[in-house]
Amino acid sequence: MSAHEDTHAHDDHGHHHKETFVTKYIFSQDHKMIAKQYLITGTIMGVIGVLMSLMFRMQIAWPEQPNVLFEALLGKWAPDGVMDADIYLALITIHGTIMVFFVLTAGLSGTFSNLLIPLQIGARDMASGFLNMLSYWMFFLSSVVMVISLFVEAGPAAAGWTIYPPLSALPLAQGGSGAGMTLWLVSMAIFIASSLLGSLNYIVTVINLRTKGMSMTRLPLTIWAFFITAIIGVISFPVLLSAALLLIMDRSFGTSFFLSDIFIQGEVLHYQGGSPVLFEHLFWFLGHPEVYIVLLPALGITSEVIATNSRKPIFGYRAMVASILAIAFLSTIVWGHHMFISGMNPFLGSVFTFTTLLIAIPSAVKAFNYITTLWKGNLQLNPAMLFSIGLVSTFITGGLTGIILGDSALDINVHDTYFVVAHFHLVMGISALYGMFAGIYHWFPKMFKRMLNKNLGYVHFWVTAICAYGVFFPMHFIGMAGLPRRYYTNSNFPLFDDLSNVNVVITIFALIGGAFQLVFLWNFFYSIFYGKKTVQNPWRSNTLEWTAPIKHIHGNWEGEIPHVHRWAYDYSKPGHDDDFVPQNVPLKEGEEELQH
Amino acid sequence: MTAFLTILVLVFITVAIWQMVKIFDLAQANAENTQVATDKDNRVNGYLMLGFLAFIYIITIVCFVKWGDLPLVSNSASEHGPGLDNLMIISFVIIFIVQTITQFLLHYFAFKYKGEKGRKALFFADNNMLEAIWTIIPVIVLAGLIIYGLFTWNNIMNVNMDDDPLVVELYAQQFNWKARYAGEDNVLGKANVRLIDIDRANILGLDESDPNAQDDIITTELHLPVGRPILFKMRSQDVLHSAYMPHFRAQMNCVPGMITQFGFTPTVTTAEMRQTPEMIEKVANINNIRVEESNKLIAKGEDALERYEFDYLLLCNKICGKSHYNMQMKIIVETQEEYEAWIKEQKVFKNSLIN
Repeated sequence: MSAHEDTHAHDDHGHHHKETFVTKYIFSQDHKMIAKQYLITGTIMGVIGVLMSLMFRMQIAWPEQPNVLFEALLGKWAPDGVMDADIYLALITIHGTIMVFFVLTAGLSGTFSNLLIPLQIGARDMASGFLNMLSYWMFFLSSVVMVISLFVEAGPAAAGWTIYPPLSALPLAQGGSGAGMTLWLVSMAIFIASSLLGSLNYIVTVINLRTKGMSMTRLPLTIWAFFITAIIGVISFPVLLSAALLLIMDRSFGTSFFLSDIFIQGEVLHYQGGSPVLFEHLFWFLGHPEVYIVLLPALGITSEVIATNSRKPIFGYRAMVASILAIAFLSTIVWGHHMFISGMNPFLGSVFTFTTLLIAIPSAVKAFNYITTLWKGNLQLNPAMLFSIGLVSTFITGGLTGIILGDSALDINVHDTYFVVAHFHLVMGISALYGMFAGIYHWFPKMFKRMLNKNLGYVHFWVTAICAYGVFFPMHFIGMAGLPRRYYTNSNFPLFDDLSNVNVVITIFALIGGAFQLVFLWNFFYSIFYGKKTVQNPWRSNTLEWTAPIKHIHGNWEGEIPHVHRWAYDYSKPGHDDDFVPQNVPLKEGEEELQH
Repeated sequence: MTAFLTILVLVFITVAIWQMVKIFDLAQANAENTQVATDKDNRVNGYLMLGFLAFIYIITIVCFVKWGDLPLVSNSASEHGPGLDNLMIISFVIIFIVQTITQFLLHYFAFKYKGEKGRKALFFADNNMLEAIWTIIPVIVLAGLIIYGLFTWNNIMNVNMDDDPLVVELYAQQFNWKARYAGEDNVLGKANVRLIDIDRANILGLDESDPNAQDDIITTELHLPVGRPILFKMRSQDVLHSAYMPHFRAQMNCVPGMITQFGFTPTVTTAEMRQTPEMIEKVANINNIRVEESNKLIAKGEDALERYEFDYLLLCNKICGKSHYNMQMKIIVETQEEYEAWIKEQKVFKNSLIN
């Protein structure tokens, strides 16, 4: 690691060159500023995504009822305040896209990988500050394009976030497959480029810039999670890019990669020989690892927050790392479980059932290890800790139904019903969101030098937790009644009339939960400026970021970078007076480092 | 309007709560590092954790009691249905047990070990025995589920041609379904969307020169003889659709440019299904809801809803465009005699063409 110190030998970095407003706040190359930029952009996209979900939930609960909110926000798409069926599909499509990619990939991974990788491994900054800046601005650009796509004449993309062709390829099939889909594809292409730049930077930084003593086995689990997430991203995102490019070719240049034998609106199209199933394969080759790209950083954050607030070492560090690796490996060979009934060979279905159910094993190990970490701890129930416990809870509830959906035989029945919606929202949506909230509550002092208000945090957590279960638990049951997802209204099926009251309950929980996010937003923006000032290490944590000064300086530490002498989890270690021993504290004489 | 008012009320509640919190904050000013959990916070939130555990259990029980007559787990109408339902129930029992225990441990520990000043946590970093146990138990349980699942899957997906299944094509287009019966020869005629000729009423693109196509029968209702294996061949003319027949535990995508298939044997006729006690109860319940709705509609001067009578349905279950939510076809399962009488009345392809 000495090479890196040489390159950053000048100690009082940051004092030498004067920064302008533009280089400090806009085109910043400092990882801490870029993390904040990611967080705020992700938050804004999150508000848009959640607002959309509340709108379509109201349509589902009170179908085709006039609503002033629709009239105000949807304009021509809600004549007399009644939501149009096309815009309903557009809302679910863009809600999915924004939440999965813009909030839970860029907003979560972008924020915390950027903030924590250099600070926790003891580096002055990312390996390439310039690429890092480029990564953020490409993300920003893709967000802008995605938002612009909401305003095109024929409507935004509306083929579902999975944009299966031919629906997404043919403007004849759906208005949203015109300019709206073009912008969607352009936005995603830029997004993928941004994500790849970010991921490569994270990987290089973790491999090369660890401080002296920071061996891989002493890395905090957060860094392990970010590191492996970045690797999954580099492996799988290019495949989605290729799928998007091939789809652009089919749409605009007359190729037939995904299309064949199509008769629509009275005419036969020229496409011949392509297959939509190929697109499904390419899409899900990213799409499934994407679940873990979203989830692993959240689990990493949770590991750190639970250990710190339990005042206990994370239980089974080696098993935790091993399960991250196992999940990462398995995640790339399970994509077919989204396609059991796509028309692919049933034998392939068997193979994917096998690999899919295997993922339950490392997941179970993680859940049990979290629970054991709590056992006989001295739990400091800070808001971040509550969200982490909440994550474990929703991860279990949502994860367990995965053994139904991952089983090809059972999937025949519940595929594309609300059961699936309930499953993935709990296991990756809510869990990852909780991870993100836990991260924000925990590292807010590091980011903004002030504390979030804890009481507002408690209100935020408890209402969110109750509403999340209130929304997604009953949703399993309407799925088990066979109700397909993505239906504008169920009123054409008297068969489902007895479920309409469940849908009302779900929507009411969603509205309350959505409204209470305002508590968080208020707390967040208010505390940035007026929150209580923080002390250097408010949570009495072991990791290196808390040894850096409160004031943000370019290069992170004044003077020499701290050296690391122990792993990150020496909490309540016998033989020490304090219940935490930061990583930069040398071993006492006769003290043994834990063999982990 | 109600929704808007609801939101407004919620916003006011939020503001009120914030104000209360602010007062609470002011009350404990001056302490250093005030935004970190105190013993009191730990105690309050610890009890809330117990409360939340109760909430999870209650919502589980309420959901099962109120909405737990899961139609996809009972009352199946196909030969492979009960086996599948069995697997589903076993999976559910396992999930239920694991969920109950792990949620208890998680929330109970969060309550039991809530922090107190001066107490030290147990330094407990590793235990290979424990970890081996909770790796091996899932391995065994999952191995069982995987093996059971794969047998069930292979059983369903392998259609045995020796059983002489009735071959029926399900043809999907935005936004309706057609069925094509293979006729006397039980062989579907060749077809391609390029051969569609609307003027001649060749709406599914059958090859008019193919002898097998001549006796094919195109219908807008799906009639199936009970007890006879059916082999469905799925085709789509425009975008992806999915033929979902939940009562028969059957689903397969319809993909433009290729033919997919799914086979099952219906075991309960529509008439029999309507007479099962579960179905009578469900239909009565639905009709009560519909009467209530109708009263509201009549008060507004609109037409009342029709009375609901149970029918098997084929639904589209892959997003396919604007009217995806209304792409359905009625399925009627009847006795062999009834089926034969019905099919005799239908026009065969060669007679349905307009010359």
